[in-house]
Parts: sequence; C-alpha cells; structure tokens
Amino acid sequence: MDTEELRETVVLTGIGVSPGIVCGKAYVLSRQEVRVPQYVLSSKAHVPDEVKRFHKALEDSEKELSDIKKKLKDLEGIGPMFIDINIMLLRDKVFIKKTEKNLEEENINAEWALKKTIEGYRAIFEGMADEYLRGRIKDVEDVAQRILRNLSGKKHEKISDIDEEVIIIAKDLSPADTAQMSEEKILGFAIDMGGKTSHTAIIAKSIEIPAVVGLERITSEIATNDTIIVDGNSGVVIINPSPDILKRYENKKRHFLTREEDLLKDAHLSATTKDNYSIHIGANIEFIEEIPSAVIHGANGVGLYRTEFIYVNKKRLPTEEEHFSNYKCVIEGEGIEWATIRTFDFGGDKFMSDPRLAEEINPAMGLRAIRLCLREVELFRVQLKAILRASVYGRMGIMFPMISGVEELRAAKKIVEEVKAELRSEGVPANDNIEIGIMIEVPSAVMMAENLAEEVDFFSIGTNDLIQYALAIDRVNERVSYLYRPLHPAILKLIKHVVDAGHNAGIKVNMCGEMAGDTLCTMVLIGFELDGLSMTPLAIPRVKRIIRESTLEESKKLLQKVMTFSVASDIEEYVETYMRKRFPEYLQANND
Amino acid sequence: MRIVERVTLKNELGLHARAAAKIVKVSDKYQSRIVFERDGMQADGSSILDILVLACPKGSSLTMEVDGVDARKAIDELCELIENKFGEM
Repeated sequence: MDTEELRETVVLTGIGVSPGIVCGKAYVLSRQEVRVPQYVLSSKAHVPDEVKRFHKALEDSEKELSDIKKKLKDLEGIGPMFIDINIMLLRDKVFIKKTEKNLEEENINAEWALKKTIEGYRAIFEGMADEYLRGRIKDVEDVAQRILRNLSGKKHEKISDIDEEVIIIAKDLSPADTAQMSEEKILGFAIDMGGKTSHTAIIAKSIEIPAVVGLERITSEIATNDTIIVDGNSGVVIINPSPDILKRYENKKRHFLTREEDLLKDAHLSATTKDNYSIHIGANIEFIEEIPSAVIHGANGVGLYRTEFIYVNKKRLPTEEEHFSNYKCVIEGEGIEWATIRTFDFGGDKFMSDPRLAEEINPAMGLRAIRLCLREVELFRVQLKAILRASVYGRMGIMFPMISGVEELRAAKKIVEEVKAELRSEGVPANDNIEIGIMIEVPSAVMMAENLAEEVDFFSIGTNDLIQYALAIDRVNERVSYLYRPLHPAILKLIKHVVDAGHNAGIKVNMCGEMAGDTLCTMVLIGFELDGLSMTPLAIPRVKRIIRESTLEESKKLLQKVMTFSVASDIEEYVETYMRKRFPEYLQANND
Repeated sequence: MRIVERVTLKNELGLHARAAAKIVKVSDKYQSRIVFERDGMQADGSSILDILVLACPKGSSLTMEVDGVDARKAIDELCELIENKFGEM
C-alpha cells in the first residue's frame, strides 16, 4: 500500500454558501494574524511621525484594494462593490479620527491605537440585535488587518499569485480575497470561519464558485495538495476521498449545471407520466446534511441512505446511539416521507482498527457488505437495533447489500428477528413490521429473483455493481471502464428479469444505481415499469421532467424496440437519438 | 439652509453595508453637513461606520438633518435613494 492510500478520508460539514460541486487539489492559504506590537511612545514628540505612519499604512492599503479592483474592472457586480466598501471604511473619517485621538491622547503607537478603535467598534456591533448587521464587524476587522499588516511592512500572500487550479483552504477570507477568485484559477473554497450572511459568502455566490464556510477545523485537517471535494449545496467537504466517493461526486458534479434554478421551480411536482404512471423518486445520500438540498431538488424520500460514513472519521466503532441519531435525523428530515437504510456496505479494509480484516486483492468480490455483516454479527446487531428503534419515527425500510442468494437473506433476516425480540423484551419501542428489502446487484441474485421475492418486501436494483459483476468489469480500472455500459442488452435483460420476478410476487422493484439518474436512460427505465428510482439529488429535477413529459406507453414501446437489438452500441445509438430528439435540453448533463 | 426630514426604511435588509455605502457616496457629493439620527444616536452621513453603528433594521425611522448651501438638493437625493430601497430588487 503506498502512502497515497494511507491518507485517511475525513469528512467535515459546514455551511454551504454557494452551490456547486468541485473536486481538486487543496491550497492552504497561510494567513497568520499579524502580531501587533503595542507600546507607549517614548516622547510626545513622536506623535506626528506615528500619525504619519498610520496614514501611510492607510494609503498603502487603499492602493492594494484599488489594484485588486482594477483587475476586476471588467467584472460587473458585487465583488468590486465590496472592495469599494472596504475602501470607504479605510477612508472613514470618524474611524481615522478615533484612531488619531487614541494615539495622541494616550501617547501610544499606531497599531495599539488602531486596535483600540476596533475594540470599540467590536463592542458596539456585538450588541446589535440584527444578525446581518452584527456580522459587519467582520468587514471592519478585515480592513483593520490589512492596515496592521501594512504598518508591519509585511507582504500579503495574494490569491492572484496562485497559478494552478486549486481549491482554497483558509481560516478565513476577506471579501477582497474572494473577489479576486473570479479571475483566477480558483475552483472553490472551504474555510474555518464564516456564516451564511458574510460578505465572503455573498461574493462566492455571485461569482458562482462552490464554497463551504464555518468548517471550524478544516485548516488543521488538510495539507496543500491533498485532494478535496467541496459540495457547496450540502456544506459537505471530503478530504482525501476514496476512489469510490470520488467517482460518486464526479457523477454528482455532472448533474450540476447553472440552469439549476430554472429546473428547481417545478422539482417538487410529482413524477407521473401523462398517462398516469407514477414513480417514487428518492435521493441517494450519505450525509444527513444532504437532506435539505435533496428535498429542494424534488425528492420526497431517501431511496438509499449509505451508512458507511457513520463508521468513517472515528477511532472506534460507532455506538448504537450514534447510529440511532443519524437514522432518526434522516426520517425526521423536513420533506422526507420515507427512507430506506442500507446496512453497512464496505470491505474489511475500512476497519483500520481490526488487523484481522486485512487488505484483499480483489475487494469488490471480497469479504464485504452482507458477508461482513454475517461474519461480524455484533457490528450488524448494533446497526439493526438502531434502525429498528428509529423506525418508529416514520416509514423506514432496511435494505441488505450484496445479497447473492436465499441463504444469506435468511441469515440476515434471522438476526433482524433476534434483534426485534431483544428490543421487545427490553420494552424498547421499535417497528415490528419494518419493510425489509435487498439490493439486487449480484448476478446470482437476479437468477434467484423469484425465490428472493417471496421473502422480502422490496427489491432495489443497484446497477453500478450489477453491471460491474455481470460484464466482469472493474469500473476503477481505466483500461476496461469503456466496457461499462448500462444499456448493454444483457443488462436490460437482467433488469427485466428482476422487475418481472418482483411484480409477479407482488413486491415493489426500485432502482438506486447511477443509471436511475441518467436522463438518457429515463424512458427505458419507465418502460420497465419500475416502482421507484433513487438517485443523486441533483439529477432529480431533469429525470422528473422527462417522466412528466412522457407516457408509459411510449416508454414501453421504446424498451421493446431496443430489447430486440443484440449489440450494445446499437441500443445506445438508438436510445440517444431518440432521447435527443425528444428531450434535447435535458440531456446536456451527459455531454461531458 | 437647514432641513430636517423624517424617513422610514422600506428595503428588506435595512441599512446594510451596501445601502450605507450608497448614502456615503451621495453625502460626499454635497457641501452640506448631513447627520442621521435614530433613538438619540447620531451618525455622520459621510461615515460608513457611523451609519452601520446606527443599526437600522427594516422599518426603522430616522431623522435626517442637512445643513448647508445645497441642503435641498442633498435631502432630495437622499430621500429618493431611501424611497427606491437603495436599488434593491
């Protein structure tokens, strides 16, 4: 294992202040606070020189800001305006007079005098009732920092000096810093300080770069050149993401386009075709922070809650209470009517603490998911207990990943029954009738679908793994990834088999893989008569629009037609031509 | 000439930074001395910090006192600015 892989994934959540998702290299901006020398002047005679020094620092600061503004001259809008405000603060005669007065009356150096002025203002602003106005002390402090730095004669590390594409990490950024990002190669930023109403947040939004603020400790968790994902929609930041997560976010990113706002207008409308076929639309999430954004994008439930992250970021295993509070948060999320919790799906390698579960040569086919659950039964029981307890707060389902046959399913269900009995005997409230479903992602499960359907309440087709296993393709291996094709005739046949088996047994069949959010496939999926689709939240608005603008009849015809083809590229070409003609505007997301 | 006028803020955010900056820009154009007053607190119309310190949320009333040769024009422009909600949407 090389050092690259040893870097631990860290997830932090802050406040997403500017939407969009970026993945890239971190650049940690070192902006130490200027150390402020404070001393009494040795003689009154030094006062005029000290005043002069103060004015020189004001001039230098104004020049810096004017230079930044000049660079932004071609840009309309809010960035240059905030620089104007900074300049106005620098020139503020009341502010200057107060500082001069401190200096002259108390016979102290310019730095100290300025500090006293700022302290006075801080006390006043802190007393304000209005949150926005209270936050304006930040602008005054930014300007003061600039003056103090110029008094000290130190140079500033400028954002405009950065010459590669990076994501900026800092304790804090001033509006002047942020405004410079519009011209430079700054993909986004993530900072320790700040709130929704900070000017830095407002500028980030106006120049449309993803930003997360209020992370509290990102500067101590990350180093320059670390890989980082910044999700400005949900406020989640992931440092050193695993290839899996990176892949998932690349997918999310593809769904994010600037036309967002227009699409969001009708995102809440139901996903019903013109001939009245309704499909449940859920969101795939892994952090509870993603829920508000998922609801805004039109999800009314969580079709897949990935629970792996409850285990990451921790030195020890999560407690039942930690599990419980997460699941309760999901089901109680505003606008969330139902949620499907997938029991943990990872391999032994994720347990840093347990050396028994060492690295495997082929982890995708190794000891993971339900296999690990059934081997590490105690771990599994803790999670199941928490899910059952949380299920009294709303409609919740349990979903087992990687089921390959009836035996595993029965073993897992037996443990669920045991845990239920345990909770009953302890008098702990739990929903005895919780729905139990399985992911259909192993080809053998497809072959056994009829039998499996007899013993569960729902199926959810996990296309990512199903395609990978059925076509024998390692998605992460770039040399074969071109063979990963959702519209391969074999894949369509597998899906068809699962849907028919499920419906014959009277259970619901959903899909929660990436394919569910791929607008190119939406009509094909309607044609299968799937009951639910769960996808990355950003994909929902477009998928819903396609559903609303098509009919089940038309979709079935399309599916029937393409299922007569025996070559994947013929299907792809046919579907693409059809969909481009039918929905030219919603397919953009797949262009890149 | 000395003119005193009472105005009420109609814009959503009250006297926030951008609105205050606009007041300063107007005040700086005139020779007259411009003073805002709210709840006994006074602010110099050409000091952005003074105006922010007044901490005026939406709906607050303040008194403008303009004293000087171009007082009429100054107060008209300030009233218009406030009436137009500082150009906010």
